[in-house]
Amino acid sequence: MTEMLPIKLSVNGAVVSKLVDPRQHLTDFLRSDLGLTGSHIGCEHGVCGACSVRVNGQVIRGCLMLASQTEGAEIETIEGIVESGEAAELIAAFVARNALQCGFCTPGILLTAAEIVAEGKCLGRQEIRNELSGNICRCTGYHAIIDAVEMVLAEKMKEE
Amino acid sequence: MSEPDQIIGVSLPRRDASRLATGRGTFTDDIVLPRMVHMALVRSPYAHALIKTIDIKEAINAEGVVRVITGRDLTEICSPFIAGIEFLPNMISAPQYALALEEVAWQGEGVCAVLAESRALAEDAAELVKIEWEELPAVVDPVAALTTGTPIVHRDLETNLAMTMPIEEGDTKSAFAEAEVIVEHSFEFGRQAGVALETRSVVADFEPAGRQLTVYQSHQTPYQMQDVYARHLELAEHQVRVIAKDVGGAFGLKLHAYPDEMAAVAASVLLGRPVKYIVDRQESFASDIHSREMTASGRLAVTGQGVILGVEVDILSAIGAYSIYPRTSVGDGIQAVQFTGAPYRLPAFKGRVRIVYQNKTPCGAYRAVGQPIGCSIIEQLLDIAAAKLNLDPAEIRRRNHLRSVDMPLKASGGLEFSNVSLDECLTALLAKMNYESLRKDQKEAQKRGIYRGIGLATFVEQTAVGAGLYGPAGVRVSAQEGCSLRLNPSGLVNCSTSVTDQGQGTLTGLQQVIAGTLGIGFDDVTVEAGDGGATPYGGGSWASRGLAIGGEAARLAAIDLRNKILAVAAAITQELPENLTIVNSKIFDGSKCLMDLSELSRIVHFRQDTLPPGVDFEMNVTRHFVPRDFPYFIANGIQASYLEVDIGTGAIKLLEHWVAEDCGKIVNPLLVDEQLRGGIVQGLGAALYEHCLFDDAGQLLTASLADYAVPLASEMPDIHIIHVETPASGTGLGAKGAGEAGTLGAPAAVWCAVNDAIRPLGAQVWKQPFTMAHVLQALNSKGS
Amino acid sequence: MKAPTFKYLRAESRDEAYAAFTEYGDEGLVLAGGQSLMPMLNMRLAQPAVLVDINPISELSGILLRDQQLHIGATTRHVEVENSMLVAAELPLIGCAIKHVAHRGIRNRGTFGGSLAHADPAAEMPACAVALDATLILQSRAGERRVKAADFFLGVMSTDRRSDELITGIELPAQMSTDAWSFHELSRRHGDFALVGVAATAQRRSIGLDGLRLVVFGCEERPKVSKIAASMSLSRKDVAELATAVADDLDPMSDLEGDAKTKRIQARTLVERSLEDLLGGWPND
Repeated sequence: MTEMLPIKLSVNGAVVSKLVDPRQHLTDFLRSDLGLTGSHIGCEHGVCGACSVRVNGQVIRGCLMLASQTEGAEIETIEGIVESGEAAELIAAFVARNALQCGFCTPGILLTAAEIVAEGKCLGRQEIRNELSGNICRCTGYHAIIDAVEMVLAEKMKEE
Repeated sequence: MSEPDQIIGVSLPRRDASRLATGRGTFTDDIVLPRMVHMALVRSPYAHALIKTIDIKEAINAEGVVRVITGRDLTEICSPFIAGIEFLPNMISAPQYALALEEVAWQGEGVCAVLAESRALAEDAAELVKIEWEELPAVVDPVAALTTGTPIVHRDLETNLAMTMPIEEGDTKSAFAEAEVIVEHSFEFGRQAGVALETRSVVADFEPAGRQLTVYQSHQTPYQMQDVYARHLELAEHQVRVIAKDVGGAFGLKLHAYPDEMAAVAASVLLGRPVKYIVDRQESFASDIHSREMTASGRLAVTGQGVILGVEVDILSAIGAYSIYPRTSVGDGIQAVQFTGAPYRLPAFKGRVRIVYQNKTPCGAYRAVGQPIGCSIIEQLLDIAAAKLNLDPAEIRRRNHLRSVDMPLKASGGLEFSNVSLDECLTALLAKMNYESLRKDQKEAQKRGIYRGIGLATFVEQTAVGAGLYGPAGVRVSAQEGCSLRLNPSGLVNCSTSVTDQGQGTLTGLQQVIAGTLGIGFDDVTVEAGDGGATPYGGGSWASRGLAIGGEAARLAAIDLRNKILAVAAAITQELPENLTIVNSKIFDGSKCLMDLSELSRIVHFRQDTLPPGVDFEMNVTRHFVPRDFPYFIANGIQASYLEVDIGTGAIKLLEHWVAEDCGKIVNPLLVDEQLRGGIVQGLGAALYEHCLFDDAGQLLTASLADYAVPLASEMPDIHIIHVETPASGTGLGAKGAGEAGTLGAPAAVWCAVNDAIRPLGAQVWKQPFTMAHVLQALNSKGS
Repeated sequence: MKAPTFKYLRAESRDEAYAAFTEYGDEGLVLAGGQSLMPMLNMRLAQPAVLVDINPISELSGILLRDQQLHIGATTRHVEVENSMLVAAELPLIGCAIKHVAHRGIRNRGTFGGSLAHADPAAEMPACAVALDATLILQSRAGERRVKAADFFLGVMSTDRRSDELITGIELPAQMSTDAWSFHELSRRHGDFALVGVAATAQRRSIGLDGLRLVVFGCEERPKVSKIAASMSLSRKDVAELATAVADDLDPMSDLEGDAKTKRIQARTLVERSLEDLLGGWPND
């Protein structure tokens, strides 16, 4: 029988203690053990970016990290950055600009975009394109996503 | 905001967008049911083989395993798929079983299903299933498939040729005899995958006591699947309910009935428990429909002024091992021929398509079905002719475009046209892109050894297919769309529609049509869709039909509901109903406000006793619409690509892209714009990267997102959009489809642009995708 | 697809890692960033009995400048290299090349040492390590071994590391302000592995260049310094000739993106562009 490992971590600010199968990747854990279904599984080989979550402040591929590696870690998911309000401006811009269609990739893109916005660099369109190149969107053609991120970055520049 | 023109035709954000962005979508894998088991499949490692024995003993005893099912276990409860077309009696297809019985005909065909407590445990046990195979020779190359003596793809077939369709109109022989210039060219089109980011997914829940089957499925057409499950599992139609919740991209690939999904549903019937089956990404590449694998040769005859005299095209379309159920796999090849030259006046046309089976993944409808092939062929031929005649590519198109004076007409391949606007689109496009200055820039760059190219691609797009296609073909797919409206006690309206939405925003468009037609606010309407047990019967989402057909049904329903409301209002207020209107959810007589809609609604729901006798208080209406007098709506437009070819590496850099498009009446420009952009980028992927590669033994070599490259944000250009609006003549709404235009024209635009860039070097590409290797091949074998 | 069953060991120290190596030998795999290993596990292409997670060993991470050598710890994340002022100042070649490594989400997790240990011939960091004449530090219970990058990479995903050894760090000689360098990469899309790439360093002389370490990567089994290029001192008139000679000397592997002939043409173009960069004195972006 599968030998389960105990882990204790923080997910969206709440302490979580669970037993996990050592082979289970982080996104499977978040989705099936914690019901955080906003992170999606698009490929399980680290290419599509739909599973992006934040671990200790940095966005990573949830399918390329084991849940068993998260002992003591701080995890944030789309649910977390929505509830904290951190993603509010980005979401408003994505909605206004119709920068999502099926929405399967969107939570992952928002996590990546939030990291870009938080870094506070002044980026041109091609730079935004490059920074988002690790998140596949099959519906929008990207143009509207770039518009939305550009809008939020411009707002941020204005504030500062 | 309630005048129709303040809602219909306005850019409003999508109603679902916030919910999806915040991670509150419900995709099929998000659904968890009590006692649910997970399925993993053992798939054929060979492209063609016989199954000698299957030993499941070890697998059954593995941790967490509930059941292991082979094809034999399903024969009692599940009949195989045979996809044919009644008016094409020569079109043959082998029966396709949910799990193969004796023979597998493509690498990835499902053989054995393992049901276990988790997907991981099911996969562990799947590795323990021992199958003894007898490998058979695989037929991979489509040309070889037709050679005498070649092995047959499946032993239930007599030949690998599925069908041949010739089309001839006018006298091509004379046309080519009279032509001042004849150009010809051969083309190869790479096999593509659809790659929805959410893979195909199904949760089937069979409840044995009442024999009720509920299937949650990531699919475009719940009603079609209800019909498929009912008939193939011998259940009554009303015992089957298919629900498509949020669908993570579809693009045609979620339009079909797949054997693996059938196996999951059948497993639920066998077990009497919910079964979840999520196709993983590698399985997705191996088993989702592929499309577009074709070779073609084309000839074009023109006058000295570049006026087309005749076109000849011969296409070989390879569709894999089976004809996909229930719509068949022949549409790709047929539409490729029909759309070669479709936007132009063609005095003479001769075409042929041969469709062959091969031991590869079955093909089926993928966004723009066949049309990109026809578009690419004719646009290339025109550019080659223009170069010979020293004509500008824009000019040769203008000299041949179909114009409204030519309408209505039957074009090549039996296509029927009305009200297209090709010249208007071309004029608008050239102005927007500053065509002349771009040409100057191109020349300047060339002096510096930088090779840039401009490509134009005129297209017509078949949208909103009506009653004339599947029904007469004996394919049980409904072409109607329905809309039910219910007025609630507060004056708010629920809509239930057969149209499904995979992110296009169609439901938002319907909401606009209903609100605008009724005279109520956008937010006063909610729309439900995707539930085959609760919505009006209809087609769902395919062939860009949602707003053109479903929108018309919604408009008709809203008119009926409005008339019912006004009749009640007239009875209450003692006015004539024809004098009354609804504006801003208030009933007006001219400029005089008579009552709030909410007050009327309260009365019809709670105070029927106060209404005069005989007054109709039922505020529910259902309307359906299907085009019956015309086969489809033709949308049209033109795309342009500007790009740079690095002749030292073969790399293509897309600089900018434009489209001028006419999809009739636009209900929501914001939605149409992003449909176009998204479609274009899929077409750009086809042009630059996307290719399902197989080895000579039929083994798929591109079964991951690392190997099968789709467009990323980094390489895609900004895309500029111009709208021309020529309302469709067959409906009151006037909308045509817009979902496939982008994918249709983008490869042709890039193709023309690449060749425009390297034509000064005497080279041209002939094989899509235009990989770096192919560009270098073209540069090193000039004149091919 | 889900990963096969394995045992997960969290190594808190080097000694714990060595103990695991001793116990499990070839049955164990080292888990660093996991950005190459995890996909292989998820596809069941790798089926180890044990994963030894070295991420908790904090002393393996960090970037230090010591005696004109930049020491990069094995589990230093790509993003730390990318954002490091030291790297930007002392190793501009790495500073440039690191931007070509995959995507943000991968660079946030992937490690410098992991990339070298994985030894994908199309990866950027192994090629840069060879071009910069880096030294890998390998430690085991038996002690420490220092291996030049040029000797470390043996073939496709094959290195000189023994299964009882841990890469603890990499030493890279700081680039001098008088050094020229160049990095070019051809990939299908931004962040993809290289179809062909060139990493090169050289010393500028009053006329031309000396000490050219030019590595063509992505198309051969391992990154190595071009002997032909190294044997020449370069001036502008030699560029085309040398580029052709370097390309002709390659033995490119065919893959889905092109045959040997294609790779050679592409390599020649990139080598020529690199040589022009080196002579121009100003690196490309």
